[in-house]
Amino acid sequence: MQTATSLANRGLRILCPNGHLGFAPSRRGSFDNGIEAAPDIVACDSGSCDIGPVPLGMDGTASPLAWQRHDVEMMLLGARPRGLPVIIGSAGDTGTDSRVDRFVDLVQDIAREHGLPRFKLGYFYSELSRETVRAKMTAGQTILGLPGRADLTEAELDATERIVAVAGVHPYMKLMDMGADVIIGGRSSDCAIFAAPAIRKGYPEALAYYFGKVMECASFCAEPYGGKESILGEITMEDVRVTAMLPEQRCTVASVAGHAMYERANPYYEHFVGGHIDMRDCVYEQLDERTTRVTGPRYVPAADLRVKLEGSGKIGERYVGLVGIRDPYTVARVDDVIAWARRMVQERFGSEGYQLSYNVYGRDGVMGRLEPLRDKPGHELCVVVQAVAPTREMAEEICIMGTRQMFYARLPDVKGTAGGVAFLLDEVMPASPAYRWTLNHTMPIDDPMEPFRVHMTEAGI
Amino acid sequence: MSPASRPLSAIAKTIRSKNAGVDHITFDVIFPDRASYDHVRHSGALSPAAICQVFGIAPQRLTDHVEFDPAFAIKFTIAREGASGSLGDGDLFGSQHYAPLIDIPIPEPAG
Repeated sequence: MQTATSLANRGLRILCPNGHLGFAPSRRGSFDNGIEAAPDIVACDSGSCDIGPVPLGMDGTASPLAWQRHDVEMMLLGARPRGLPVIIGSAGDTGTDSRVDRFVDLVQDIAREHGLPRFKLGYFYSELSRETVRAKMTAGQTILGLPGRADLTEAELDATERIVAVAGVHPYMKLMDMGADVIIGGRSSDCAIFAAPAIRKGYPEALAYYFGKVMECASFCAEPYGGKESILGEITMEDVRVTAMLPEQRCTVASVAGHAMYERANPYYEHFVGGHIDMRDCVYEQLDERTTRVTGPRYVPAADLRVKLEGSGKIGERYVGLVGIRDPYTVARVDDVIAWARRMVQERFGSEGYQLSYNVYGRDGVMGRLEPLRDKPGHELCVVVQAVAPTREMAEEICIMGTRQMFYARLPDVKGTAGGVAFLLDEVMPASPAYRWTLNHTMPIDDPMEPFRVHMTEAGI
Repeated sequence: MSPASRPLSAIAKTIRSKNAGVDHITFDVIFPDRASYDHVRHSGALSPAAICQVFGIAPQRLTDHVEFDPAFAIKFTIAREGASGSLGDGDLFGSQHYAPLIDIPIPEPAG
């Protein structure tokens, strides 16, 4: 146990068990080691836009409830008996209101089940209505596209099913001011979850945001590679220190600096509501075998306040078919086979009002036009057929036709005349509806709390 | 006789790709030490022009290209044709797009 003397001489310590709570279960041993290392807070992020636009659009989730429960339970039972705060951001993959409610329920269930002493449970919502965004546009404000995206149009807004705003530190700090012991956040910047308690304790913003940046993916900043292991970070007035909690892992200069690049278009800048940090002059030093120390990030406040919006819009209902091809003559002419099937669909359904897509695995199914070897297909191919249409019935029929007609494709010199392709199943499979990212934009706001609604309840006995 | 070369995968410690937001894929090529990092970046094999040629893209789709000294890394980012998860996207996380970098030949240092 830590003594009062050693506590007085140290910074703020946060234990992070997972870079995306629920997506794969956290590993237990390194978390227990982390709890033994006397953290002040246990925190992690639970969201990502990597999972694509479907969960946000459907207001669903990419992670099993059992895994989310596993991690929330582990964090609460590790932290609450020691009186430590717990912070979880971007609840349930998407950070929509329904996912926040689900996590609040989870916390209350677990606290009741384990008889945890009563605590204050704060939470906030990040969802925005289309009308809120439309009101900004009507008032003449521009919803700016992030690099590579056009500014938002009313038509694209109308095509959007659901929108979340990405919170900065502000709703977290507000809830801490209100006395929350446990916080469940709606969609948030990953770094804000860790930066908020540090800024509130008076640590410099530059270090606090860097602290969040390096902590948010847990053991991805350690080596050797191994996800879902806990790391312990400490912020002081001078530096940030990160330590791997799995005995086999180390936070090295190479692994921590390497992580600064991860999932970012540029390794030097990290943006959030209210500004960004500039990491060009960061200095990385090996402090001990498993700890790296970082100094030198700079905080640059934003000239105007903008919040990032993520939005997903429905394309239609979806069915999926699978087709195998082994005849080398047909492999070489797979585009003709696909063209035939498309033509048959077109004869029945016309050329508009649905979408039909073919991924040719064994040729360029993963990378499409970016595939340098697309002129060198393998000896067998798998074609994945996706049909998207306004109704399930129509999507199913188009998918069956777009799949089965490959069997009947008329190639001039084919030797096999008893069926041109191989079926794994002579059926098509219902899939989740197809969605697309409609919003990856920023919206001007007058106050960093404007899009976010904070609430307080209780949990435990 | 062409000079001897080795594939990038024989020199780099890490070659990876991943979404950077929903509209971009970012690539990190990380080297084990200063010498190999310097050798590859000075070879031109991962120059902006070379990368555009590997992926068959126009220069404007290469949105970032950084030589990142603290990690001995060459990092670049390309704009996706459509956002991640659009119908037909075969790599939702962008996590297999690094494959064409593996076999890029790196000429051996002179001497």
